[in-house]
Amino acid sequence: MVDFETLSDLVKLARERDCKIGEIVWEYEAEVEGISKEEVWNKMVKHWNVMKDSIEDGLKESFELPCKITERFAGKFLNAKRVFLDDFMSKVVARALAVSEYNSAMGLVCAAPTAGASGVLPATLCSAAEKLNAKEKDIVLALFTASGIGLVIANKASIAGSEAGCQAEVGAAAAMAAGALVELANSTPEQVDHAVAIALKSIMGLICDPVAGLVISPCIKRNAFGAVLAFLAAEMALAGVKSLIPADEVIEAMGEVGRLMHPDLKETSRGGIATTPTGEKIREKIFKGDF
Amino acid sequence: MKKVESIFEIIGPIMVGPSSSHTAGAVRIGKIAREILGTKPVKAIILFHGSFAETFRGHGSDKAVVGGILGFSTDDLRIRKALEVAEREGLKIEFKTVDLGEEYHPNTIKIILEDASGLKIQVIGSSIGGGNIIITEINGFETDLSGDYYALIAIHDDKPGMVAKITTILAKHRINIAKMRVSRIKRGALAFSSIEVDHEISKEVVGEIEKIKEVRLVRALKPI
Repeated sequence: MVDFETLSDLVKLARERDCKIGEIVWEYEAEVEGISKEEVWNKMVKHWNVMKDSIEDGLKESFELPCKITERFAGKFLNAKRVFLDDFMSKVVARALAVSEYNSAMGLVCAAPTAGASGVLPATLCSAAEKLNAKEKDIVLALFTASGIGLVIANKASIAGSEAGCQAEVGAAAAMAAGALVELANSTPEQVDHAVAIALKSIMGLICDPVAGLVISPCIKRNAFGAVLAFLAAEMALAGVKSLIPADEVIEAMGEVGRLMHPDLKETSRGGIATTPTGEKIREKIFKGDF
Repeated sequence: MKKVESIFEIIGPIMVGPSSSHTAGAVRIGKIAREILGTKPVKAIILFHGSFAETFRGHGSDKAVVGGILGFSTDDLRIRKALEVAEREGLKIEFKTVDLGEEYHPNTIKIILEDASGLKIQVIGSSIGGGNIIITEINGFETDLSGDYYALIAIHDDKPGMVAKITTILAKHRINIAKMRVSRIKRGALAFSSIEVDHEISKEVVGEIEKIKEVRLVRALKPI
């Protein structure tokens, strides 16, 4: 029986068996659900297809954001003249924005780990796969890696904005993506641990403060930042940069920060940018049905 | 024991946006309420508590919970038009906000459903993140259903031997029990059994359990 509670369990198992963390998680799921590994694999492929479609659908012009409180920016960003970022990173950002905008408009997405953070994994993995010429099987395996990391975060901390703020949603997504990216780039299991730790501690403390309660502002742009952060953490870990604090302890700390976070800053829209003068004005307009 | 066991609760669900807790979770709570009613609802009172009360309009929780009550799944694009569909199908809906108290999860919904014959059920469910839910109360009885497994629920007289009568029927049909819970509001009145099982429970099994004279209501639930 393959089982794990922590990231270090996963690293240890991958070391012992000389395999990827993704393979451990794949086997775990088959055992815990009592289904064949093939069935589990096919299920993940289905989820990946929804992720890919959400990028494509999210870049189409056929939808608007609810209440039209703001315009869409993914396409605009994709086609803008580059000033600082290279084409690769620009595409990552545009894709994360696209999926997130599509999600806001009640489009079909794959929660990863939540819908509010659903732009991070498709954008990072799709772009990384193009860059590395990775095959579908490599991406699917990386999704298993990501989901193993997410499972530890969900059980040791939280993946709900209402429990622990945005650090538990976009933060968890960025940590999952960072770990998946390094493993996609053929890292060691220990580098996965460092990538997760670096990503999660760099976004720790982020509150959940949706303007008027809508998953639009600041959620959409935070997905883009989560995606960029994942690449930065992955690049660091691949370069041999180590986290002083192990990932498991960072995860526990994130959960504790979530518990300490005031309820006004946990998805209730009673703090942060939701209660700025502009945020309040938008809320009033929506409740009056002015949009 | 892990709070979350399957990785497809992390990567997934595949769902209509924008919020796994406020949209997908709300769909699932609505869908379970519909299954517990077991018939076509004509009236629904939906009460939002906590964070749900603050933000249900923005996250489409209103459309989501109604979509669930209509029987839609989390990935059904008809959720976007659920309020219009409900109107067409003659389902009268009332939305309210409520403060159930601090012991309830911030994302909690109370649903009261009624069918044309006057049968009324009341469900309280919380959306605990990532589309995962927990049903904490059915018709006033405490429970902890996740909606992830096949389950049998029954309201019956609070008498000795009731659980044995029900589980004997399950055993006869070779249905394995994964988890079971019995609760009651006061001694000697009515009790509530919820039994999570490994296999689908057929209409035949439900029919046999319905025949037990102390059983007032029985429903077989599917994973939602």
